[in-house]
Amino acid sequence: MAPTAGARAFNAGELDALLQALRAEGWTLAGPRIRDGAIVYDEIGGAAELPAGWTDEQAPGRYRLRERDDRALFGYAVGPHAWKKYLFPPSERLWTAVRSGRDVGVSEEQAEPPPLAFIGVRACELAAIAVQDRVFLGGERADASYRRRRENVLIVAVQCGEAGGNCFCVSMGTGPAAASGYDIALTELVSGGHRFHARAGSERGARLLSRIETRAATGDDEEAVRALLARAGGRMGRTLDTRGLPQLLQANLEHRRWDEVAGRCLACSNCTLACPTCFCSAQEDVPDLAHARSERWRRWDSCFTGDFSYLHGGSVRASIRSRYRQWLTHKLSAWHEQFGSCGCVGCGRCITWCPVGIDLTEDVAAIRSGAGAAQQERREQDT
Amino acid sequence: MAAALHAAAEHTLPQFMRVRARRQELADTWTLEIDPGGPFEFLPGQFNMLYAFGIGEVPISISGDPARPERLVHTVRAVGRTTQALAALGRGARLGVRGPYGAGWPLDAAPGADVVVLAGGIGLAPLRPALYRLLAERARFGRVSLLYGSRSPQQLLYASELRRWRSRFDIEVEVTVDTAGPEWRGNLGVVTKLLRRSSFDPANSMVLVCGPEVMMRHVATDLAGIGVPPARVFISMERNMKCAVGFCGHCQYGSAFVCRDGPVVPLERLERLLGVREL
Amino acid sequence: MKTIEDLVTEHAAFRDLDAAQRALVAGCGRNRSFRDGEVLMREGEDANEFFAIRKGRVRLSVHLPERGETVIETLQEGEIVGLSWLFPPYKVRFDARAIGTVHTISFDGKCLRGKCDADPRLGYTLMKSFAGIMTSRLQSTRLRMLDVFGAPGGAAAD
Repeated sequence: MAPTAGARAFNAGELDALLQALRAEGWTLAGPRIRDGAIVYDEIGGAAELPAGWTDEQAPGRYRLRERDDRALFGYAVGPHAWKKYLFPPSERLWTAVRSGRDVGVSEEQAEPPPLAFIGVRACELAAIAVQDRVFLGGERADASYRRRRENVLIVAVQCGEAGGNCFCVSMGTGPAAASGYDIALTELVSGGHRFHARAGSERGARLLSRIETRAATGDDEEAVRALLARAGGRMGRTLDTRGLPQLLQANLEHRRWDEVAGRCLACSNCTLACPTCFCSAQEDVPDLAHARSERWRRWDSCFTGDFSYLHGGSVRASIRSRYRQWLTHKLSAWHEQFGSCGCVGCGRCITWCPVGIDLTEDVAAIRSGAGAAQQERREQDT
Repeated sequence: MAAALHAAAEHTLPQFMRVRARRQELADTWTLEIDPGGPFEFLPGQFNMLYAFGIGEVPISISGDPARPERLVHTVRAVGRTTQALAALGRGARLGVRGPYGAGWPLDAAPGADVVVLAGGIGLAPLRPALYRLLAERARFGRVSLLYGSRSPQQLLYASELRRWRSRFDIEVEVTVDTAGPEWRGNLGVVTKLLRRSSFDPANSMVLVCGPEVMMRHVATDLAGIGVPPARVFISMERNMKCAVGFCGHCQYGSAFVCRDGPVVPLERLERLLGVREL
Repeated sequence: MKTIEDLVTEHAAFRDLDAAQRALVAGCGRNRSFRDGEVLMREGEDANEFFAIRKGRVRLSVHLPERGETVIETLQEGEIVGLSWLFPPYKVRFDARAIGTVHTISFDGKCLRGKCDADPRLGYTLMKSFAGIMTSRLQSTRLRMLDVFGAPGGAAAD
């Protein structure tokens, strides 16, 4: 998706016009809004519902909203939601089987999902969507449900001006600049006049931009964008040394760090639910009481549950140690072999939403240094 | 696009088929012959997802003859809710079938080489289609051996077929059991011992293995000991296959999705992982 | 007519011995055959003898009052019946019976122990061979203890 027109700029007040133009074209808007003390992705009607003047503070096991001293609309990092909830719903019916007499008929779920415009997609989230595209569409078989939803999505990215306390997109090579996979990439510039810098990434993105009041971006605008991205990139809360990472983990399947993490991990599966790339699902059969009709549902599942690795008689991964190891080695190692890229995009959600603050960047560093116990001690002194 | 969607649907929707016959094999094991309503082509070693209406779905290897695609044959060991429901299906009952899925036994991998089929317990079921093909195309292979270990003489799967194969001169059949009374005149001992007694040429052979994982681990070590290259050893892995098309993530083993990259995997690929606990 | 030395040379258990050593070992051996059901060794006897099976199958068993003859393992061509001759108290622990006709080389254990004591190199080579046999029997026994073909444990859900 190469840019199809020169970069534009528009006043912050004009953003709502862009959103209304999208709605006029039939798109339902999904974007950030404040709910339950967090910035979540939800249906929005326009710019007025965006979290103006709010930011998030993140640390291992910690997330708080805080008021900014400006009116930035996208002045936060990322919240607990990922866009995957729209492309790969937490639960969905796949098919229904109905018995009549001795015969059974099956009907597949065919509902056309509504066209969705994602507003405020971060660079790491673009990367996460690209990762899930490879998972669900990149192989010999495509997932029909994911494809239907994915084909009906328009993406308005917003490049990050802030780096969260658990962000490490720079380490993962996924941000803070949006490289591809968007229809429009915005950058919010607050100082020197609240405005947006806009770049189209597709024909329809360019067409949309032409329907609102914009001007050509100036050299100053471009310089401001560059400075903002450089500032965000320089303030990553975390780093992850990815050199030889797949091999490093494969060579350390019995590292004592796994035992140390298992001592803290609650196997609650928050990390996998918050992760924008985790794709595991459970299949459930839901019959009616008369046993005449039964539905097959697909629900998000997690490799942290006991059932996940069930094999007649018991779980293959009975210990929490083995489940955490499975999650991390899958994400950072096996993923490369399976899908040709890392499964982690550096968004930091798993660190933030872990109730005990387990930090994968710390675990990898500990395994790399071979000094698991020492790292653990330092961590405990910090908290 | 439409074609792609159609193909995807074919693989995720069960087709309902009728049970044509049901035969008890062992105390807890039944074989179902299913009418696929048309030729059901498959590769020896592949599996289907069998769905008991409203109860659940489980991966079960195909155990029939690939040369007779009009009969779909599954041997089911009734150890859980779904397998008990499947094993109880009588003549005329319907069950859902999705498949065939997965990689089969690579019978063309080593033309002319000796072929050793090593099975333990119910592990003979996914190997039976391979045996049918080996015997049907007997001239393409060197010596063919079936080495089979079971718990007791009463728990030998496909006993009448074992007798029939044993009476042939073009296949060596060696059976051993873990326990038996003094009336048993055959081998009593661990299945890996049969490897040392068999007459195949380790340097020019292909070994197909299916059985409990711990058995396969010991077999792998013994085969290495007698000089069979790991690239020529194939094992059928078992994991928690749910979607069977590599999306649900449950059956991962190292970087493999057992449903898609397996169930038959060259030992070479897994050698390093087999000894890792809880992988 | 093959000599005992020829038979020793052919037998898998003596693979690692050189020609001179095989000749020494053969000096303690003789040909012995058994009919179906005939006893090679009986629990409680002095373990002065052991057998290298050349042909046929032998079952090792133990008699339990409540279960009668209980088979532990079967041994066949290329295998050794009798390990108790190696170590004190030199007592046979299990019964060994022929299944069908069995041809063996029977060895005088006492004679062989004497030769091993006199020739440590022979002793070492022979002990190494027997240690290999014992190790693989031990491993097989452990694997069978697992009862891997038994019904899967625990509450199955599928």
